[in-house]
Order: sequence, then C-alpha cells, then structure tokens
Amino acid sequence: MVEAVASTDLLRWIALLPLLGAAVHGVLLGLVRRELPRGLVIALSVGAPALAFVVTLLAFFQLRALPAGTIGLVDEVYTWVGAGRVVAEMSFLFDPLSAVMCLIVTGVGTLIHVYSIGYMDDDHRDDGGFQRFFCYLNLFLCAMLLLVLGDNLLVMFLGWEGVGLCSYLLIGFWYGDRWNAYCGMKAFVVNRIGDFGFLVGIFLLLWALADTGATLDFRELRAALPEIAARSVAVPEWLGGQWRLTTLIGLCLFVGAMGKSAQIPLYVWLPDAMAGPTPVSALIHAATMVTAGVYMVCRMSFLYAEAPGASAVIAWTGGITAIFAATIAIAQTDIKKVLAYSTVSQLGYMFLAAGCGAYSAAIFHVGTHAFFKALLFLGSGAVILAMHHEQDTDKMGGLRKRLRRTHAVFLVGVLAIAGFPPLSGFFSKDEVLLSAWTAEGIPGHQWLWAIGLVTAALTAFYMFRLHFRTFWGESRVPHEIEHHGIHEPAATVLVPLYLLAFLSVVAGFAGLPQVYGDMLGVPESNSLSNFLRQVVRQGEHHVPHSTELGLAGLAILAAVLGTALAWFLYVAQPELPARIRSGASALHRLLVNKYYVDELYDALFVRPLIAISDRVLFRGVDAGLIDGFAVNGSARTVRALADDVLKYLQGGLTQGYLITMVAGTFAVLAWLLSA
Amino acid sequence: MIPLEHVIGLSAILFLIGTVGALTRRNLIVILMSIELMLNAANLAFVGFSRAWGEHDGHLFVLMVIVVAACEVAVGLGIVIALFRNRETVNVEDVSLLKW
Repeated sequence: MVEAVASTDLLRWIALLPLLGAAVHGVLLGLVRRELPRGLVIALSVGAPALAFVVTLLAFFQLRALPAGTIGLVDEVYTWVGAGRVVAEMSFLFDPLSAVMCLIVTGVGTLIHVYSIGYMDDDHRDDGGFQRFFCYLNLFLCAMLLLVLGDNLLVMFLGWEGVGLCSYLLIGFWYGDRWNAYCGMKAFVVNRIGDFGFLVGIFLLLWALADTGATLDFRELRAALPEIAARSVAVPEWLGGQWRLTTLIGLCLFVGAMGKSAQIPLYVWLPDAMAGPTPVSALIHAATMVTAGVYMVCRMSFLYAEAPGASAVIAWTGGITAIFAATIAIAQTDIKKVLAYSTVSQLGYMFLAAGCGAYSAAIFHVGTHAFFKALLFLGSGAVILAMHHEQDTDKMGGLRKRLRRTHAVFLVGVLAIAGFPPLSGFFSKDEVLLSAWTAEGIPGHQWLWAIGLVTAALTAFYMFRLHFRTFWGESRVPHEIEHHGIHEPAATVLVPLYLLAFLSVVAGFAGLPQVYGDMLGVPESNSLSNFLRQVVRQGEHHVPHSTELGLAGLAILAAVLGTALAWFLYVAQPELPARIRSGASALHRLLVNKYYVDELYDALFVRPLIAISDRVLFRGVDAGLIDGFAVNGSARTVRALADDVLKYLQGGLTQGYLITMVAGTFAVLAWLLSA
Repeated sequence: MIPLEHVIGLSAILFLIGTVGALTRRNLIVILMSIELMLNAANLAFVGFSRAWGEHDGHLFVLMVIVVAACEVAVGLGIVIALFRNRETVNVEDVSLLKW
C-alpha cells in the first residue's frame, strides 16, 4: 500500500530559489559580460539559500503538524517524463528523512555562503570570478535540494548529476592552474563510473516492474517491493549462480553511492577535490554532496532490508574505507588533505551504520559530521586565509597565540570529531559503533565494531596531530608569510564558524541515545530516531544499558588514547616523530604516498586507456581510417581522375559540346522508342 | 488538305538541315540562323499535330516558341556583336579559351 501524503506547493520554492539566484548571476555574466556590483551579488546569492532555509523551516513545521499516518508533504509540479508506461513526475517529497537532509543542506549551505563572502573577497580577477563562484554555489544548492527532495529516482538522479557537474565546476574554479582543472576532471570521471552503476540500478528496477506497471516513485516502489523481492537473476557460477534481484539492484545503486560518497575503490577523487576553494570543500566535499550516497541508501532502505548480501557489502566497504582512509590521514601534512581523508573515513562510518541496518544512526552521523566537518574545513580556510594561501602544516605551528578565535572554534571541531562527550561526534559515532556491535545479520560484525573502534582512536590521533602541528609548538612560518602579517579573518568568516561550533556542540542532543535519556529522566530522548521511524527501518537492538555504556566507555578510551599519543608526539616530544619517520621509513613512505593507489590506478586504467585512445583510436581509426582513407582518400581519388582523364572533356569548342548533346539526345530517344 | 505525314516529313527535313548547319558551320551568325531553323521545324510539327487532333494546345506552344526565339536572337546577336568588338571575329573555332 502506498503511504498517505499531504499535498502542498511550498516545496518547489526550496529548490527554485537557489536556481533563480544561479540563473540571474549566470545569465547576466554570460550575456552582459559585466560583473554586478559585489553588494548585489552577495544579496542575491546569500539571500536565495537563506530564503530556502526559511521555506524549509515552514515546511518542517507543516510536517510536524501532520496527522498520524501521513508520512510527508508532496509537491507535484508537472509531469516531467511520460514515455509510455514509464511516467516520472517532477515532484518533491518532504518526509522526515528529506526534512533532516534539507535542513542540513540549506542551513549549513547558508552559513557557508556567508563565509564565502569573506573568503572570496580577495578574488580580483577580471573574469567575473566572484559572481561566477556564487553562481556555481547557488546552482549546486539547487541540484542538492533536487537530490534530497526528489520524489522518485529520476528527479534524484537529476540532482545527483547536477551536484556532480557543480562539483566539477567548483573544483576547477581556479582553472588558470592546470592541476586544479585536472582534479576537476578526475572527480567528474570517477563519479561517472559510479553513476553508471546507479543508472543500471534504475534500469533494473524498471525492468523488474515492467509487467505490473513500471515506476520509480519511492512510495510506489516501496509498495511494489514484494514483487521485486520475489524475483531472482542468474549470475556466473563463481558468484553463486543465482541472486535475488534486490541484491543485484542494491549493489548497482551502491556503486553509484561509492562514487558520490568516495568509498573504496572510487574514493580517489575526493582528496584531489581539495584543489577547489575551501568553502567548496566544506559545502560540497564534506557536508552535503558526499553524503548523497548515504542518503540514497537510507532512502532505498526498504530495498536493502530485502537484500542482506548488499547490506553486508555496504557495511564492510564502509568499515574498510573508514580505517584505510584514517591511516592515510596520519601521514599527510597538507591541512586540507588531512580533512579530506578524514571525510572519506567518516563517510565509511556512515556506510558502516547503513549497512548494519541502522539508517537513523547513519543520518545522525551525516548531520553531526556536516556540522563539525564544515566547521573544521571553514576553520582551516580561516587559517589558510591568515597564512596567505599556504596549506602545508610544516610551515605553520604556534598559531594559537595569533589566531585565538580560529584556534578556539577549530578545537571544538577537533573535539567533536574525536568523539569526546558530550559533543555531537561522540553520540553519533557511538550509535554507529553500537549498530555494528548488534548487527547479527552481517558476517563478522564484531570485527567491524573493532575496526570502527580502532578508527575512532586513529581519528582522535590524526585530528589532534593536525591541531597541534597547526596551532601549537614552535612557529615554522616562513619569513615571507610572516612579512605579510598573520591576522584573524573578517567577521563574515568568523560568524559562521561560531554558529557551526555551537551546532557541533549541541547537535548530539538531537539524537541522544535512550541510555542517556534514562539517566537524565527524559523519555523518548532520541528524537531524531523517533522522527525518522516512519521512513527508515530502525536498528532494533536489545542490548543491556551496561553493555551500551561499556562500549561507549571503550570509545572514549580510544579517543583519549589517540589524543594522548598525539600530545606526546607533537607537543611533549616534538623531535620524536622525525625519529619514528626515519626508523620506519618504508611505512612512512607508503602512508605519505597514500598506499600508491593513485599510481596503481594510473598504471592499470589511465595509462592503458590513454595508450589505446592515442595509438589505436586516434592515430589508427580517426587519423588513419576516417581522415586518411575515407575523407582524404575520396578527395584524392576524384582529383586524380579529373586531372588525368575527365578534364579533357572540357575542350573549349562549342560545337564539340553541341555534337555530344545531339548524340546524347538521339541515344536517349532511341532507347525510349525501342522500349 | 495536306496530310499529316507530309507536314511531319517537312518538319523533320528542316530540323535535320538546322542540326547539320549548327554542327558544321563556323560562322556564329549562321549557327544562330540554323538554330532558328530547328525551332521553326518544331513549330511546324506543333501546328501539324494541332490540326490533326483538332486541339489548340499546339498553337499556344508555337506562340511561346516564337517569343523564346525572339529573345534568343536578341541575346545571341548581342553576344556576337560584343565578341566581334573584342576579338574581331565571328568564327567559333577562334573562341575556345574556356577549357582545361
């Protein structure tokens, strides 16, 4: 049965407002070729997401006021695709899941827009860079909102591709540097591989329901699930011979999520995406776009509930990605690279939870991560601004005395991600670990829990390493940067930082686990989980409170150990890391070079592809066959024939032509009359 | 009443004379005259058939042909005069520059 919804026409404005902002900027910049006054650019482009946030809040209150049994608001704008029996409406769904995502996207998005005013202020190039930046940023927000608001997979896919495009445009925003353009292309191409899997998943769904009425609508899909779940497909013998269709569809969709949410093996684009401006890294590559995969898995959770195999793959992929990226983050020195690998690792946590069936824990971690990772990125951006675009922590140190406010908010972010109670990261990470501990259906789930715990310790270690190397110890700032002066950034940069720091501290209480609620005497304390109950299946675990508290204690212990080790190595004994580096130089090289995965992909895929394209397809087929043989060959043949034979027909004597004409006429006449 | 065969025979003879003249003579003016002869041979055939069928279509075509012939002569003679002014000749064999 399809769940009941209430109709509204409010939702379209959430996605439309940022689109209007982008359109005004883009059309004016494209047609008039003159940059608007900066005040106007700021008003339009910050106003649009701010208004979208207000509309989202309105919708949220409408949602809360709905009667029981109605799961959400729906805004059907028009029929977008009507191809025979496949009909896709341009229609938006605002249920608890998309409400949470929408609030995060518009809320964090607005803060980052405000921050960008200060961050992009020194962009004085003559190609309208300031306005172009905000045009792309607004367009991104529109695409992201389409993604989370889409009522069917097709609208979601439209947003999915849109955010990929904007990510590409913004990574290569400073395209004057070829490396940035290269990173943008890398992100786009790697995402395209994932999108292929996503598309195949969509097609499989259409195929599965072809006989009974194909649909991509989430609520109708959910209602039609028994039909999909009843089918199975033949796969090669070494894979088991026979799979349930839900498993295959789930895996295909997850390939898309791997690309967008940077999971092994498609995570390689995210660290390079840091080539973009820092607000972009915060908004797109930490808080919103990269969580799209997690959102999609949660949105399709009804399908994954029928696909235990796919869920196990998701959980293990997430767990391995989490620890793999965390080990790389240990050895990086670029402030944004550390945060990038940390993001990959945290996304692994989210998939770990989603794979274990704890979808609300995954969304909880999406939310808290959005706050503290945006805070960390924006904080690092403030440091980068103060350091005149120097990102290497080898050239920092001792900044806490000169950037007191930045230091304070950055420390809040570090504490939150490291999982110190009662900051938000503690609660969400605990929920993730608990879901792994209790996921009986996942093979080796206790190992997953152990991986998660080790990752938590590693996270605390590398985040505090980053923090200490940037803000503590002796200053390693080079003279030329010292010469320009190191100052706290402007208010537009600092105010979003304060707000995000506040959210990073308190957001955990939105999903306070019941075990703490019981201590404080709050019934139904996990309001986020209760809110999401109608949409996503709950991770139903029945562990005694003592076990739950014991696990939390272990997680705190892990965080403290990581922090203490970082303190010991980078503050108490700062000469020790160099000694360890020289002692274990092979391991250090392996980590600094990110396990040589980029080099491996380069040798396995990129260079063979380029070689085939260059030697066979370009020189062989295009230059040789098409240009050489077909085009130039026919031209050469015609010219040779004309030069040697045909031109002598043009004798210049009128009567010569005439006699030919007469002879021809008689020949035609004779042929006609004889017939 | 002249039988149709005779008319067509005369027309054919005139046409052949015109064709041979246009093909063999070297003087441009004579060639133009030969073409006139061919056109009038066609006219004769039109009139002959028109009478034989008792229809007026043929007469109409004849009027058209006369008009076209008049235009042709006007243009053709103009070209001949222009040619003579430039090259002092009306011999077609001397006018064969436009070739490979």
